[in-house]
Amino acid sequence: MVTITINDIDHAVEADEGMPLLWVIRDILGLTGTKYGCGIGMCGACTVLIDGQPTRSCVTPIESVGGLAVTTIEAIEDDPVGRRVVEAWVASQVPQCGYCQSGQVLAATALLKQSPQPSEEDITATMTNLCRCGTYNAIAAAVRQAAQG
Amino acid sequence: MNAIERHMVNLEQSSDRSPVNLSRRGFLGASLGALVLGVALPGRVARAQEAAEIEPGMRVSAFIEIRADGGVRLQSPFIEGGQGIYTALAQIVGEELDVDPASFIVECAPPGPDYQLGGFRFTGGSRSVRSSYETMRRLGAAARQMLLQAAAARLDLPVADLSTEPGRVIHPASGHALSYGELAAEAADLPVPENVALRAETDFRWIGQPAARLDVRDKSMGKAVYTIDVKVDGMLHAAVQHAPRLGGEPGTLANEAEVKAMHGVHSIHRLPGAVAVVADLWWRARQAVEALQVSWTEPAPDTQNAMPADFSTEALRAKLASAPGPGLQAESHGDPAAALEGAARVVEATYDAPLLVHGQLEPPSTIARWNEDGTLDLWLPNQAPDVFQQVAANVAGIEQQNVRIHSPMLGGFFGRHFLYDNANPFPQAILLARAVGRPVKLIWSREEEFLRDAMRPLVVARFRAGLDAEGLPTAIDIEAVGDGPGFEPPDTPRASVVEGLAEKPYAIPNRRAAHVKVPYPVTLGYWRSVGHSMNAFFYEGFLDELADAGGHDPYELRLRLLADQPRHRTLLEAVGELSGGWKRGPFTAEDGSRRARGVAMASPFESEVATIAEVSIEHGEVVVHDVWVAIDPGSIVNPAIVEAQVTSSVAMGLSSALLEEVVYNDGMPQARNFDLYPFLARYQMPRVHVRIVESGAPMGGIGEPGVPGVPPAVVNAVAALTGQRVRSLPLSKVQFEGTL
Repeated sequence: MVTITINDIDHAVEADEGMPLLWVIRDILGLTGTKYGCGIGMCGACTVLIDGQPTRSCVTPIESVGGLAVTTIEAIEDDPVGRRVVEAWVASQVPQCGYCQSGQVLAATALLKQSPQPSEEDITATMTNLCRCGTYNAIAAAVRQAAQG
Repeated sequence: MNAIERHMVNLEQSSDRSPVNLSRRGFLGASLGALVLGVALPGRVARAQEAAEIEPGMRVSAFIEIRADGGVRLQSPFIEGGQGIYTALAQIVGEELDVDPASFIVECAPPGPDYQLGGFRFTGGSRSVRSSYETMRRLGAAARQMLLQAAAARLDLPVADLSTEPGRVIHPASGHALSYGELAAEAADLPVPENVALRAETDFRWIGQPAARLDVRDKSMGKAVYTIDVKVDGMLHAAVQHAPRLGGEPGTLANEAEVKAMHGVHSIHRLPGAVAVVADLWWRARQAVEALQVSWTEPAPDTQNAMPADFSTEALRAKLASAPGPGLQAESHGDPAAALEGAARVVEATYDAPLLVHGQLEPPSTIARWNEDGTLDLWLPNQAPDVFQQVAANVAGIEQQNVRIHSPMLGGFFGRHFLYDNANPFPQAILLARAVGRPVKLIWSREEEFLRDAMRPLVVARFRAGLDAEGLPTAIDIEAVGDGPGFEPPDTPRASVVEGLAEKPYAIPNRRAAHVKVPYPVTLGYWRSVGHSMNAFFYEGFLDELADAGGHDPYELRLRLLADQPRHRTLLEAVGELSGGWKRGPFTAEDGSRRARGVAMASPFESEVATIAEVSIEHGEVVVHDVWVAIDPGSIVNPAIVEAQVTSSVAMGLSSALLEEVVYNDGMPQARNFDLYPFLARYQMPRVHVRIVESGAPMGGIGEPGVPGVPPAVVNAVAALTGQRVRSLPLSKVQFEGTL
């Protein structure tokens, strides 16, 4: 049994050592907003926040997150910055297929909480999640808009 | 007609269609009391009714449902996978029905004859809007008329005295109004009116406007549900390990007992060409199946597409380059042989483009559930539900109508979710669910997806052209060597191989395009813009070579060769203007970097596209700064979605130009994930400028046409900047000279 804190709720889960946080979130806790894309930490579709840091949950072993606060996309509106990011995403009509966007929104939220007025370099350096639909320009526009809002 | 349509037309016969009120024909299903309107094909109604009698309520064969609360549910014949089709359909139907598109709920319709517009049904070929535009308008208009008639009966007034405003029927004289929801049940009892007048285009309120997408908020909050997210009561999870080379079958499992004892493992299964583990969690199933030590048999000699142990893409490229012509003729004008003979100068070049994976971010999965009554429910990504239903029924050994197909939104597709041999997980899921007697969710890991995806073909194109004394092309001879997806007979060139090479608009009097068919053991698929995805690179790259050889500017040469093609010429001028006036360069940009521009044109999916790209070289690699695209799809429904799709296409076209390549050595793909098969990242994304030109020509496609022009525009810019002509993609294979 491992106890983890997801979106401010403690869960005692029966997970094997080494099991990635992603699969605990998706298949044990049933929160499917966090996506499996590559499983090797390349694409970022599985991004969650751990103590506010964007983290690729597909390569994060469950035993490494005990005592830390994990935030998934399901709690995005509990955070004022998260709410602003979602509104900017809607206003800029960012998503296409949408599969990567949970991770993109969380990455943007983490960025804006750390740098409320990020530079273009900040955006380039931190918004590294992949999008096969190529919504990158809309993502950057939405980040800039959320920063202003 | 593009390559995909050609196939589907062969599969099913087209037929006339007109709206009928399905609610009067027992099609109400779960939506009793609602107005349910569908397009039934005259010859097919009986068949559909029959099916409905066999399984009452199994198919809700309808398009429009107006609920008592006024909400409108629309059954879409097309699947949403990011291209915006659900929103576009809501705009089209809403325009005629007089309902704000924002109040629509759009779902992917189940299989059935009602949704086979034109006699077949699939999402692809950039054809969803243009193939359904008239039908959807007529459906909306007929439904509105029925609501008017119901209101007229209720109020005892002539229909002519009534009108509508969004969501309700009004009587302007008295100011009385009845909501659509109030009238839905009565309207449902009326016959479907024929020949209802459509709204004048000048009165459009939603068609032509940048309506907000219906799915964007959910997708921004992680609430959109894809197949991989579907959960069914009592389900187990499955993972597979495929034969490393297609055609191999599982022999002995050396450590079967050990793996069976792993935590959470329910059972181990041998499947055609694969082994599977079913477990309580997918992670455990995957750990277990990858721990299995399988000895794979060599493919039987007659296995179709069996992957030989010595197959390599490098050897394939060489084989194709030297395969003898002349091939199967796809186009012939004039006498290219004689013109080449008499040319002042002959230019020759050989181009190639690699195998590509689709790389849609949602890995393929299927949930299969056998029900007590012998029917089967499948949740699966698909671009053609009826075809999947038919094949699933064959795999399951049950009647087609006993397979229920559920089609959640797609986490990207780009051609990935057609039916391909050995490339779809659903047959495995069906077998596993039957074997364990419980619902099974099967997910292919990204690594298994790289092994079994149906690939964009590798093709070699050989060009010979003749120039006259003025340096203008008088003849062009093209042989495309290799293969592509399709079902054409052996003596016919494949549409997917020659599209975009044949029938170019340029005034070159003598020309031949042919397909030298050389099959090879790779499962080939449709990849966003299909043959155009590489053929524009081949042709437009070579055209720039002709311009250089003849001493002409490539933009000016194109204008000249399009002198008698006003639509193309207008578009080329539009993209030149959009980019601030054509300049090839090299020139020094404001940041001090040396840059150049390239231009290309393409005619994919009945749309016309002109593209300009600006590049520099940094640290030996190509950097693309801006891409300008002028697109003429005839007419459009949603300019914001058009711009988003063109921008998306630029990203994918650029990704293929810069980075993507599937390499096989010793019968194995060298990349099994995105670490060794990178695609375009955010820092590589250029600014994209889109101009939509509505020429009024018949409506063309939008989802794919932005792709093909990008690789040649970039490669032509690179040639202008570096003097280096790249004839083999991707550009990452080439180390360029140049600094910041």
